[in-house]
Amino acid sequence: MLSPVILVPAVLNGLMAGAVYALVALGLTLIYGVLHIINFAHGALLTAAMFAAFFAFTLLGLDPYLAAFLLAPLFFAIGYALQRFIIGPAAHGEDRNFLLVTLGLAVVIENALLYFFRADTRTINLPYAFDVVEIGPAFVAVPRIIAFGAVIAVAAALWTMMRWTDTGKAIRAVAKEKLGAELCGINVAHIYAMTFGLGTACVAVAACLLIPTYYVNPSAGEAFVLIAFTIVVLGGMGSIAGALIGGLCVGVVESFSSIFLGESLGQIGIFIMFIVVLLARPSGLFGARQ
Amino acid sequence: MSRWPLQLNRRKFLRSTALGATAVAGVLHAPAFLRAQGAAVKIGVLHPVSGALSYSGQQGRLGATMAIDDVNTSGGIKALGGAKFDPMLGDAQSTPDGGNAEVEKMNAAGVCAVVGGYASAICLSASQTAARYDLPYVVDVGVVDSIVTRGLKNTFRFGPGFGVIAKTALDNLVAINDQAGKPAKTVMIVHEDSAFGAGLAKLLNAQLPDRGFQVLETISHPTPTREFENVVLKIKAQNPDLVIPANYYNEYVLLARTMQQQRLRPKGIYSVLGGAASSYKFVKEFPEAAQYIMDCNHWFDPKNPKALDLKKRVEDKGQFYTYEVYMNYSCILLLADAIERAASTDRAKITEALAGSTFSGHVMPYGPTKFVDGQNQGAAPVNTQVLGKDIQVILPVQFASAKPIFPMPPA
Repeated sequence: MLSPVILVPAVLNGLMAGAVYALVALGLTLIYGVLHIINFAHGALLTAAMFAAFFAFTLLGLDPYLAAFLLAPLFFAIGYALQRFIIGPAAHGEDRNFLLVTLGLAVVIENALLYFFRADTRTINLPYAFDVVEIGPAFVAVPRIIAFGAVIAVAAALWTMMRWTDTGKAIRAVAKEKLGAELCGINVAHIYAMTFGLGTACVAVAACLLIPTYYVNPSAGEAFVLIAFTIVVLGGMGSIAGALIGGLCVGVVESFSSIFLGESLGQIGIFIMFIVVLLARPSGLFGARQ
Repeated sequence: MSRWPLQLNRRKFLRSTALGATAVAGVLHAPAFLRAQGAAVKIGVLHPVSGALSYSGQQGRLGATMAIDDVNTSGGIKALGGAKFDPMLGDAQSTPDGGNAEVEKMNAAGVCAVVGGYASAICLSASQTAARYDLPYVVDVGVVDSIVTRGLKNTFRFGPGFGVIAKTALDNLVAINDQAGKPAKTVMIVHEDSAFGAGLAKLLNAQLPDRGFQVLETISHPTPTREFENVVLKIKAQNPDLVIPANYYNEYVLLARTMQQQRLRPKGIYSVLGGAASSYKFVKEFPEAAQYIMDCNHWFDPKNPKALDLKKRVEDKGQFYTYEVYMNYSCILLLADAIERAASTDRAKITEALAGSTFSGHVMPYGPTKFVDGQNQGAAPVNTQVLGKDIQVILPVQFASAKPIFPMPPA
């Protein structure tokens, strides 16, 4: 069972699946790091983005990987507007209100999708979806390799932006000390909305990477968000590197647990890991110690 | 000036609606024969047209509605003065709960029988709900044997159940393997984890060893699953001679394509009720992945002109002639025949007529219908194999159009 013929592809599959989980978690951890809220609408936004990518392909014939360039700015705008005009004003600055408002948004978005698109599970067929690249003893599917590369690129871009641009610096300032940042002339409401927009754009890219090999129905996003929460906790709340490495770890664990425990129980490994991390290292792998 | 006519109108309106309501109530209370003459015959047509099984559900609905149109255009139910079928189309949403809810609605709407269900799990619960109202229920596909062994008087299954299918499948597998010089000795089963797949896997696990096959491993997966790479890796590790998949359409296609992608080529892929293994849609869309796959499944009678005519009509609509279509088509005709003989829309009379049915106007290779405890005794599957761009019947010999190619030639 533990021959390289199994091990190498299992690890590769896990890493590639984990990369997409990491991207979803990246959006979540970014929003948590700055706004200090857990965005319960993350899964619903992912589902909405998957529907958008699905219809971009079926109605406009737009390849999902190209659609990412269209959907990322679109969902950035949606995220920005949601935070600026709905979540922010409705929460009145109270953390627990943020929680409830995003939860409410999730319910609204999911049910709107259910109403318009029904419970059908939809998939798209791309001519290259089953093409493979030979890596040692493994045949790795092309969409997975593209997804892996794209996630690394997005994470690098995000990191560069946070490190070197004024907006990035402002986001970090608001994350560290909201009041101080405001006193320095940073528009906190704008930075909050920018962060929420960035998180939502991450989700849009993840959706475009998922749709070639995954399915979409009005609850498709939920499965990912549960895993993304685990990753965020595992990597440390608010840490970009933590989300990336946590995501890859979770991917590999899932891959192995589905091989050894079976497909139906595949996710059990993730949640066991989640509990162990919470017990042993509550602040996560890269989180600041309290 | 303006108030009085308005009030008068309202009173008039109330009076007339009250009269109307009384009239409707009167009709509802009238004996069945009064209502039935020339009035439409309401029947429930239940399929999972949304959710994970939506493709199969829509195909089933297509077959059922085509049969209903055929009955209606050829003069309706003659014993009821040419009454036409008025179908109430229900969506089970691919869940047993969804099926139950629809049966409740159909009962409330006063249907005289329900046809359909498709998935075993849906058929099990929907037929039980129907039994509470003594509502005749004709199962279109659902193969789990407990559907007809619970002693429900209202439930009839036109097609074969697991017991018969598994026995036929294993007999034929042994025959094909023996003929080729017994190249296959080891087996792996990949099944979906609801009533259908799990039940079948259990049956196969019990019976394969007695027939000289060693089951290396049984892998289950949920429906829907969108990734089979780990499953295929596990198969690769064990390298069995035969892979036996038992899952629904989408997962079956994905499994076969992933096997092709990962260059896994056992001596044979032999499915029992493979969701896609004998589907024209699969063969047309992914001919390479489908090549040489054998299946023991529902199949129309290839010597019956009516079945071939239906095939042409379905294909002319741009649809695929899958088993859901012809089984549902046959089930509706079976029900029409029963209502004809019952000469009534009374549920008990229809149930009685179904129980005594000797209907042979269907398109399946079953012979005249004969129900024993709700199970059609003549119902049996056939073996098919994908050869070139077509699906050929390889067993039983009286229907065969080609000889099996086993083991698969190397790629």
